Amino acid sequence: MKPINQKAWWLVLPVVICVAFSAVLPLMTVVNYSVQDIISPERRVFVGTEWFAAVMRDEELHAALWRQLTFSLAVLAVEIPLGIALALSMPARGWQASLVLVLVALSLLIPWNVVGTIWQIYGRADIGLLGAALAWLGVDYSYTGDATDAWITVLAMDVWHWTPLVALLCYAGLRSIPDAYYQAARIDGASRFAVFRYIQLPKLRGVLMIAVLLRFMDSFMIYTEPFVLTGGGPGNATTFLSQYLTQKAVGQFDLGPAAAFSLIYFLIILLLCFILYNWMQRVGTADREGAGHE
Amino acid sequence: MARIDLDLAHSYLPDPQQDSDYALLPLQMSFADGGAYALLGPSGCGKTTLLNLISGLVRPSRGAVRFDGADVTARSPQQRNIAQVFQFPVVYDTMTVADNLAFPLRNRGLPPERIKARVGRIAEMLELSGQLHQRAANLAADAKQKISLGRGLVREDVSAVLFDEPLTVIDPHLKWQLRRKLKQIHHELKLTLIYVTHDQVEALTFADQVVVMTRGRAVQIGTAAELFERPQHMFVGHFIGSPGMNFLPARWREGAVEVAGRRLPVAPALVGTLSAAGEFTLGVRPEHVTLADASAEGALVAEVTQVLDIGTYWLLTARAGEALVRARLSPASAIPQVGEQVGLEVLGPHTCFYGRDQQLIAAGSEPQALRASA
Repeated sequence: MKPINQKAWWLVLPVVICVAFSAVLPLMTVVNYSVQDIISPERRVFVGTEWFAAVMRDEELHAALWRQLTFSLAVLAVEIPLGIALALSMPARGWQASLVLVLVALSLLIPWNVVGTIWQIYGRADIGLLGAALAWLGVDYSYTGDATDAWITVLAMDVWHWTPLVALLCYAGLRSIPDAYYQAARIDGASRFAVFRYIQLPKLRGVLMIAVLLRFMDSFMIYTEPFVLTGGGPGNATTFLSQYLTQKAVGQFDLGPAAAFSLIYFLIILLLCFILYNWMQRVGTADREGAGHE
Repeated sequence: MARIDLDLAHSYLPDPQQDSDYALLPLQMSFADGGAYALLGPSGCGKTTLLNLISGLVRPSRGAVRFDGADVTARSPQQRNIAQVFQFPVVYDTMTVADNLAFPLRNRGLPPERIKARVGRIAEMLELSGQLHQRAANLAADAKQKISLGRGLVREDVSAVLFDEPLTVIDPHLKWQLRRKLKQIHHELKLTLIYVTHDQVEALTFADQVVVMTRGRAVQIGTAAELFERPQHMFVGHFIGSPGMNFLPARWREGAVEVAGRRLPVAPALVGTLSAAGEFTLGVRPEHVTLADASAEGALVAEVTQVLDIGTYWLLTARAGEALVRARLSPASAIPQVGEQVGLEVLGPHTCFYGRDQQLIAAGSEPQALRASA
């Protein structure tokens, strides 16, 4: 039997305390809110799962959830292929590489609300470059009036802001492929597409997994950009989950339902990331396990 | 398959000025169709560059590469139809072993049944048949390198198969096995094989002809025996053999060779060359140094500084004047003690003499014949 040394717990203690104050305690406050009806600071009533039930039946929330899912999937569908394509076309070495890296990383340095403001002006038909150009071309474009336009503008904004992240991750992944692979492919007479399909894409799996998870989680929590651009409108076209949540909590002071919804929101993200992660791991290891049993 | 002729020089710099700017100094070399060659030399001697020039991954900055007389300098590796195996295993992770082996054939549009037959044959040769349907990503390093070797050997019509230190990642006991396998494959397929290595044992056992290289120069091409018996250049003597050749500064004085203060008589055939050279270097392999009585005429007087038991032989190190001499002694002979004075016979049929430019000028007792062949 192995001797057990309980002293090791002391080494973990600082981390446990930090995490408790930064994550667990605030989360417990939310849990606390979600099971009570707070009428005033002195009067509160325990309501059990009532808020959860109410939130689950909320039609508006369902609509926001679908809107959110569609948006996040659209973000992934555009940013991941675009990021890979961008990374493939970036120069590998020399001063050009440094220059391109800096240029690509620029948009990542801009704060969310500034991105929103930039696009708000950029898209205006009277003074914005994009809006004016579209108007001049005869395209009827207005992110404040048309629901589809607003949705597309938020998507474009996210793509503009975050595709460079995917590109940089892929770029790093591409640079880590040894030259011998490309040389072997040339010797084997592989086409450009075969090089991508059989060398580059498989070697990018790791970074792509990180990129997909990051972009999914991040876009699932999008708040500032649509808030600055459209305030969630027109109608509810760009009211995504966190926007809806803020309206509930801060706008209407429905702390109970908002807290209940926050927890559900948290669980949804956790669940989706868990599924995504496992699925992407499985893509790589399914055959491995199969091979092991032969 | 093809005969390969090289007449080129290569520098990675745009404007090479001196010898050290060249990765490969001007050289002329031919590889016969169906031969097994090894390029042997220390790291950075230009052997991988030479290999990449043959395969077409690198274009020579000067000169030409010819396959069967046709200039292929401007052609890509595909057009040259070369197969190359690299130092570290390259496998296509998402493919099975069979798909990996079939990949070069599929890219060339061979009919499926021929691909299948060929893949089956190569897999059998390399003992990969049992793993054909496994994914290549999950195999051990040596199995992966076998796949790389297999992809190199799978095409029947290749001009040559080039190996760039392919057994580096392989366990020692498997190395022997794979090297034997390669030799056997060479006999079966009659391909031209060129094998780069810094391991002399590997080179000498694998190849019919070994090209010894140093600092961008090919200093000798020959069989294992030639490289061992008659190194044309001091580097070859030093690099081949374990330990390498002993080199002793010597000069011609009063009708004899003077080494470490002792005058040693030589065969009459050597007199002309050596007296003309004046100062030269005497080279003798540790295997050919023999013990003699300290007072014996024609032997160097030396003090033993180290005696090592290397298992199958004793390695004796002795100091004669300024120079150190190593000798391999059989365990059966009487082994002197450290500090003892011994006589060492360094002149014999295997002794070589090198001029100022480190090239062989005379050897043993038949120098004229050897000089002609060099």
